[in-house]
Amino acid sequence: MAEAPTKPSVGDIWRWLEDAPDPEIPVLSVVDLGIVRAVEWRGETLIVTVTPTYSACPATSVIALDVEAMLRRRGIADVKIETRLVPPWTTDWISEKGREKLRAYGIAPPEGAVCAGAAKAAGARIACPRCGSTNTEEISRFGSTPCKASWRCKDCLEPFDYFKSF
Amino acid sequence: MSDAALEEFALRMGDNCLILGQRVSAWCGYAPALEEDIAMANVALDLIGQAKLWLALAGALEGKGRDADALAFLRDARAFRNCLLVEQPNGDYGQTLMRQFLFDAWHVPMLEGLAASREERVAAIAAKTAKEAAYHRDRSADLVIRLGDGGEESRRRMQTALDLLWPFAGELLAADETEARLAGEGVIPDLADIAKKWTAFVEPALEEATLVPPKDAPVRKGGKQGLHTEALGYVLAEMQWLQRAYPGATW
Repeated sequence: MAEAPTKPSVGDIWRWLEDAPDPEIPVLSVVDLGIVRAVEWRGETLIVTVTPTYSACPATSVIALDVEAMLRRRGIADVKIETRLVPPWTTDWISEKGREKLRAYGIAPPEGAVCAGAAKAAGARIACPRCGSTNTEEISRFGSTPCKASWRCKDCLEPFDYFKSF
Repeated sequence: MSDAALEEFALRMGDNCLILGQRVSAWCGYAPALEEDIAMANVALDLIGQAKLWLALAGALEGKGRDADALAFLRDARAFRNCLLVEQPNGDYGQTLMRQFLFDAWHVPMLEGLAASREERVAAIAAKTAKEAAYHRDRSADLVIRLGDGGEESRRRMQTALDLLWPFAGELLAADETEARLAGEGVIPDLADIAKKWTAFVEPALEEATLVPPKDAPVRKGGKQGLHTEALGYVLAEMQWLQRAYPGATW
């Protein structure tokens, strides 16, 4: 009846996931991004529940593969990645640590909390991640990945990515 | 609730997203400005992701082991259930934007209504995708207004696009028997209510764009029943040829 002594605790697994990078923004871990919703043992099977950021984010399937491979390297043979749509992911779930990492990486983190139905960041003051100025403007509502918009700083004149509030 | 009606409805939602996504993706590398090119590729990507969710549900309800890929790549035109609007050719950039605007103006209230569906699989997909549709609508409405209320040439093109596409919008706004039944069961919203929300969004935007919808235009419909315009065949030929020529091919 006794469980194998090697079976790691859920807390250990959460700590390991904190080192599992997002494939498109590698400074962020999947935990920083808020896409790991649950970690649990079902018998001898480890279930990791993830939620997609955008419906079509190409990173989602890579993330599932990476997480599974990492846990296998840690010696967990029986891993299952489950996907859950509800409640839908929002940038509000990006951790404070994650926001700081984004800024240091050169991506302006999402500004303000997401209100239901208000996709427009009307009047939002987005700070340039390079010089900190809020004298910035939107170039395009879309960017190099589904989660980003293209902005420009009018003081240091650098273009930058904004992780859009969503 | 009958699974057949729900399967039919999931196909309609999925096929709308798939065919519009395929159409929009054709601008990748050709759009008039780099930012527009990126926007188009992102909108197309969102729509194809949404199509995958709806078609996976349709396949599960059908219960014959067909997944989203099988439904996307191995059905013929008569089996597609998208509305006629989304299969219309890209035309010039104005026509592409007008098609997107008329669709987004329906898509947003429809998904918001579906998020309250009694069928939880439908509600989950709708809640997930409604935010994406709202983001698309912000942009397409903004551009229709700027180009309509723009220069002489841009206004002319937007009005031409509106005259051409307006007759196709009605199909999205009127329920057929399947939709009326599902609405009665609380699975989907009442389309009469969606039509009111559509009008409440479209009318002021067109007015701001200085564009005038054609009067007494006929409603062109049939796509929801699988009766398509010639345009769909060309979309499918391009989208499906690889899986048809090399069945089971993977990356």
